[in-house]
Amino acid sequence: MRIEGKGRIDAGQPVRFWFDGQGYTGFRGDTLASALLANGVRLVGRSFKYHRPRGVLTAGSEEPNALMEIGRGAAQVPNVRATVQEIYDGLEARSQNRMGPLAYDLLSVNDLFPNFLSAGFYYKTFMWPRAFWEKLYEPAIRRAAGLGSLSGKHNPNHYEKAFAHCDILVIGSGPTGLMAALTAALGGADVILAEESAEFGGRLLSEEEEIDDQPGADWVASMLDALRDTGRVRLMPRTTVTGAYDQGTYGALERVGLHVDGPAELPKECFWRINARQAVLAAGALERPIAFPMNDRPGIMMAGAVRSYLHRYGVAAGRKVTLFASNDDAHRTALDLMASGVEIAGVIDSRPEARARGDYPLFAGAQVIGTRGRKALGEITIRNNGGEQRIETDCLAVSGGWNPSVHLTCHMNGRPVWREDIAGFVPAEDAVPGLIPAGACNGTYSTAGCLTDGVAAAKQALAAMGGKTREIEIPQASDAVGGSKPLWLVPGKGRAWLDFANDVTSKDIKLAAQEAFASVEHMKRYTTQGMAPDQGKNSNIGALAILADATGRAIPETGTTTYRPPFVPVSIAAFGAGAQGKGFAPERLTSSHDASLERGAPMIEAGLWYRPSYFPRPGETTWRQSCDREVTMTRNAVGVCDVSTLGKIDIQGPDAAEFLDFVYANLFSTLKVGRVRYGLMLREDGHVMDDGTTARLGDNHYLMTTTTAAAGEVMKHLDFVQQCLRPDLNLRFISVTEHWAQFAVAGPKSRDLLNGLLDAPIDNDSFPFMGCGEVSVMGVKGRLFRISFSGEHAYEIAVPARYGEALFRQLVTQAETMGGGAYGMEALNVMRIEKGFVTHSDIDGRVVPFDIGMERMVSAKKMCIGKPATMREGLKGAERQQLVGLKPVGAVQELTAGAHLFEADADPVRVNDLGYVSSVGFSPTLGQFIGLGFLRDGPNRVGEVVKMVDHLRRVETRVEVCAPVFHDPDGEKLRG
Amino acid sequence: MRYSGWQVIKQGLTGNRGWKPAWRDPAPKAEYDVVIIGGGGHGLATAYYLAAEHGLTNIAVLEKGYLGGGNVGRNTTIVRANYGLEGNSQFYSHSLRLWEGLEQELNYNVMHSQRGVVNLFHSDAQRDAFARRGNMMVSQGDDAILLDRDGCRRMMPFLDYDQTRFPIYGGLYHPRGGTARHDAVAWGYARGADQRGVDLIQKCEVTGIDVENGKVTGVQTTRGAIRAKKVAMCAAGRSGQVAAMAGMRLPIESTVLQAFVTEGLKPVIDNVITYGMGHFYISQSDKGGLVFGGDIDFYASYASRGNLPMLEHVMEAGMTLMPMIGKSKVLRSWGGIMDMSSDGSPIIDKTHIDGLYVNAGWCYGGFKATPASGHCYAHLIATDRPHEAALRHRLDRFNTGLVMDEEAKGSQHNLH
Amino acid sequence: MRIRCPLCGDRDSREFTYMGHEIYMHRPEDAGWSPAWDDYLHLRDNPAGVTRDLWYHGAGCTGWLLVERDTTTHDILRVELATDAKRGSA
Repeated sequence: MRIEGKGRIDAGQPVRFWFDGQGYTGFRGDTLASALLANGVRLVGRSFKYHRPRGVLTAGSEEPNALMEIGRGAAQVPNVRATVQEIYDGLEARSQNRMGPLAYDLLSVNDLFPNFLSAGFYYKTFMWPRAFWEKLYEPAIRRAAGLGSLSGKHNPNHYEKAFAHCDILVIGSGPTGLMAALTAALGGADVILAEESAEFGGRLLSEEEEIDDQPGADWVASMLDALRDTGRVRLMPRTTVTGAYDQGTYGALERVGLHVDGPAELPKECFWRINARQAVLAAGALERPIAFPMNDRPGIMMAGAVRSYLHRYGVAAGRKVTLFASNDDAHRTALDLMASGVEIAGVIDSRPEARARGDYPLFAGAQVIGTRGRKALGEITIRNNGGEQRIETDCLAVSGGWNPSVHLTCHMNGRPVWREDIAGFVPAEDAVPGLIPAGACNGTYSTAGCLTDGVAAAKQALAAMGGKTREIEIPQASDAVGGSKPLWLVPGKGRAWLDFANDVTSKDIKLAAQEAFASVEHMKRYTTQGMAPDQGKNSNIGALAILADATGRAIPETGTTTYRPPFVPVSIAAFGAGAQGKGFAPERLTSSHDASLERGAPMIEAGLWYRPSYFPRPGETTWRQSCDREVTMTRNAVGVCDVSTLGKIDIQGPDAAEFLDFVYANLFSTLKVGRVRYGLMLREDGHVMDDGTTARLGDNHYLMTTTTAAAGEVMKHLDFVQQCLRPDLNLRFISVTEHWAQFAVAGPKSRDLLNGLLDAPIDNDSFPFMGCGEVSVMGVKGRLFRISFSGEHAYEIAVPARYGEALFRQLVTQAETMGGGAYGMEALNVMRIEKGFVTHSDIDGRVVPFDIGMERMVSAKKMCIGKPATMREGLKGAERQQLVGLKPVGAVQELTAGAHLFEADADPVRVNDLGYVSSVGFSPTLGQFIGLGFLRDGPNRVGEVVKMVDHLRRVETRVEVCAPVFHDPDGEKLRG
Repeated sequence: MRYSGWQVIKQGLTGNRGWKPAWRDPAPKAEYDVVIIGGGGHGLATAYYLAAEHGLTNIAVLEKGYLGGGNVGRNTTIVRANYGLEGNSQFYSHSLRLWEGLEQELNYNVMHSQRGVVNLFHSDAQRDAFARRGNMMVSQGDDAILLDRDGCRRMMPFLDYDQTRFPIYGGLYHPRGGTARHDAVAWGYARGADQRGVDLIQKCEVTGIDVENGKVTGVQTTRGAIRAKKVAMCAAGRSGQVAAMAGMRLPIESTVLQAFVTEGLKPVIDNVITYGMGHFYISQSDKGGLVFGGDIDFYASYASRGNLPMLEHVMEAGMTLMPMIGKSKVLRSWGGIMDMSSDGSPIIDKTHIDGLYVNAGWCYGGFKATPASGHCYAHLIATDRPHEAALRHRLDRFNTGLVMDEEAKGSQHNLH
Repeated sequence: MRIRCPLCGDRDSREFTYMGHEIYMHRPEDAGWSPAWDDYLHLRDNPAGVTRDLWYHGAGCTGWLLVERDTTTHDILRVELATDAKRGSA
């Protein structure tokens, strides 16, 4: 029911929205909850287990009941708190977790058998017959469980992530936060003031409260002006600080576009990483319910929320309101409502000494012991002076006192401390370094106290930063603290709920204690208390008190469960913003990328790079046709392939040679200038890290190449070796991978092709096999390396990256006139297998030099990384699986990588396993499949026949073990 | 007290007042045959199998906090036997067979659900590596199916097959993989052990291990000295501290692993899905929350909590792989202490001290191992011989080089 | 988590890669496999408390940093360039 003239909504701006298909009108400034209450909608959801009717309980993000689906289709968002969601024209909300209409949820049948569905009952049954769990019980449970629904469609909306930096982050903008922000800003600090709500002011907007003789809301407005005037405060409304992390890092979720029907590019949410030198936690307190019999009906609400709806939204939560409390807030609520003309049917104050403050019926020392009303509250029963009495009411406002919002102070394992005087937990000291709790979240409940606390906290923060503090006048305000006495549980007939969402009642807590789940963590896990979307914000302390009572312990001795981030749920789309689609990882493109695409080459991912798979020609319908042709073309004429993705590290300095001798297994100090050598690099644990070639460009100048995959790893490793192990060596190195475009030119006509482009022709003397040097390519200074990964007479030519595309086009065009052309990764792979060159498919990180026949490359003349570890007894000998070549010899001619090897007559089971196939390809050169694999004692079995079994692809074939070089074993072509 | 549907009804009719404690709360005795340090999943399972299969019942499990309060109570609940290397293959296979029927064995519904695990791959090379693993699984007697892209699409239509950064080539499907209700596993073993006479002693921290003449004689605890013929260390992330009490250093560094759960949702993900191009794995619990995680936070830590970079990486992987989950909200994140071994595989072995045993190095894969870890450890403690499924889980394998490096990352602890 | 790089200043930990304990800086002299190597590569004190470990500022100056940290609180007590530490100890 809307109260005219009350509230901060814009009565001139009606907003049309829908709930469960029914149209309603609210006003701009309404939340979905306030607008529904204004329209008299009280049943808004169903509980998790018993499917009990649920109404709005709170007016904040801690809401356990009013969770809804918002939006349609792919944009549908489940589990939205109606108490936080602001309405806009066209907003569509639906109730959730129901079977059938909300008012007639078929699953509410569960509510008839609560005694059979008590805490943990499912651990004790559903076990017979065994197959029924997965076939019958579990599917039924899964269907009934869960709350809202995902659409199953790709997220269509935009989300953002951002960084922010400040001196002092102030979390919350009630009286404490506002004073802290102003004090901090006047002290010269850059401040971020984060407020969860759409409006700054906290409880001051929800109360009849004066500060400096102004209404609270007016004082808030003047404070905001003052904050803006400092020029140092960034005001962030709709921003919830969700987590406290190390060294002053805070996570925060900003609701950027959830409250409007905005344009598509407007982000829905932004997840902020705020780096703050200091922070003030002014998060306030949350009101706690009282566990009394049947305390869960729609219409039973928190008293503070009832005042919020009245003062912020101009909504009376009922027509005939009753109140139940153990503190002064009930009276305050009654007076506020009466001032707006709402009837108060009674104030039930459990404190015998309570006295009425206005003209309303007071039942001092009384308790609510029952309620009625199927889908909403209609009547309560109270116990008063030994008698029982029924009172007709449609709204019962409850206050069991307040719990400081200590959550963020627990995110680094801080354990809150029990304060008997306020019957609540307050933050432990220095629980989060640099985070200073102040005001109600620190147990200070009076407005005057909060104002003072805010100033003191900001001064403490300024002092910690070494900044100056300025005296600031503290405004006048009430010092009333509410006079709360704890009231946890009202005994009586009927269930008394603690966790409204998960349907945990006081009986469940007691049952947990009875069954030895007496630790608070056991109780939580056994009963699911506090595991619902509100994470126990409303119920944990009450449950704890009941557990303490049931186990004969005091509350502080019983302890609390751990509050963990996020403080409010954060959508995965916000946490993971930017990654959807291609954004997950950077895309690295070679200089020939466009030219390759123009030639129709499909691109494949190689780490972060894209590389051409093959270059189809007209008439070729499968990749194999293209690949076979490219291999044959290269072997017979010339092929061109972009190899720029290989890591290139430029190494210079007087000790460069000694450094390379240390990081490579083999020697590089003996390499002559103008020559290239293959290098094997080991991890310190003796296993192969990477391989590649390194060229000596000058006495003190080397150029190392790495594989594409290991480029970053090798660079980090070299930095480690130099900085952490050998800072005595005088050298410098830097990655030049992106500076040079590099192309393999391979095949018998490779030199002819190059000589057509080089300004000075080369021959076998100027560029012998494994020679290198500077060249001039059509006027551009480049480098030429006579190296081969294909086994052919081949070169790699490098030019500065800006010339890469032009050179590639020129090379390919020229090659095509010579019967050659470009080749891609598939052909490259086949040719290297034909030649027996290993890649990371083979040297997969579990391989030592012995395994690939390179143990003699580990130089005996020097120490190097990984050498001692290769000497371990388990890393050599006939038990090791070693590199071999494989050729099919049976009826089945196919080889598959990933297949395993067995004796020809053995069962293909694990105990008979002899090894596996690591690389395969169809060799057009040999006209058959060939493979590389690792076979136990492999080199000694060359010529034998073993069995290859691929269970997964259903391939079984006999293979001949051979040496791992299929093509030109003597290397004549390389030198030609 | 035997649990059954009939019992639930009977007790329900009498107001649930008749349920007995799931376990006793005994005071520690002066001496035990075996003292197990650590009342997590593995420690409790060890106690259970010692009692149930080896007839040893004069046993105490000493737990610093509450039973099942470590990683068994905070993980992503995945149960699978899809390892590729000799040693691990038979061990996890053994574990999965123990999982199958665990409810009946323990008379406790641990909700083991063989929903299937799919490991997605995103390149030809990755497919071949997964095929190698899958073939090992089948050779071992477990199940594995190589799905192509269309096979994945039929099973998981909600994945992004068109726009994602690293296209989905297919998946290695392990139908017998799945999930279980993690807490219930600890409780089921605890109850079973207690029923067989094992003393489960909570809030009892071991502060010293007594060794005389190279033989273990007992432990010092916050609840007094306890003599023991055999002492079995089973402290997961805290293994380093416990071993230090015996003067030992382990090939282990403890790091933090975060995990995440969303608010409850109606069923939307049926099986366990892992992403091959960034560490990300997800399933949906019976309660409806999406339970997911990723890689460890990489740095040494005992703080049981993580930081944002890894959290964001995990969420980003989720968003590129299955953008439909973007609209679900993370309800809770948590961190556990991972005992990362030097090759990423666990250790179940004797030590150089007579009567002192070590069970450690589970990295972030300890949950699925719970039954086999307990089973093999109990066998070792009772017989002083390794169980045949755990022959290769030796403490000296790092020294000999006979490591089991599934991730192929080498000896650096945090890379596994 | 944030680390104050001696060269780059206060930076988010996502710019860094962790390697492990400081022991990695002290490579054994033994030419062959020995218990010292087992120690170096595998065995760790793994302290719950103050430790010193190596971080690589790969997305910054590419410096290797020796960081003194508390593994129970994530407090960072001291950061220096590994090279400086190595030279100082040599």
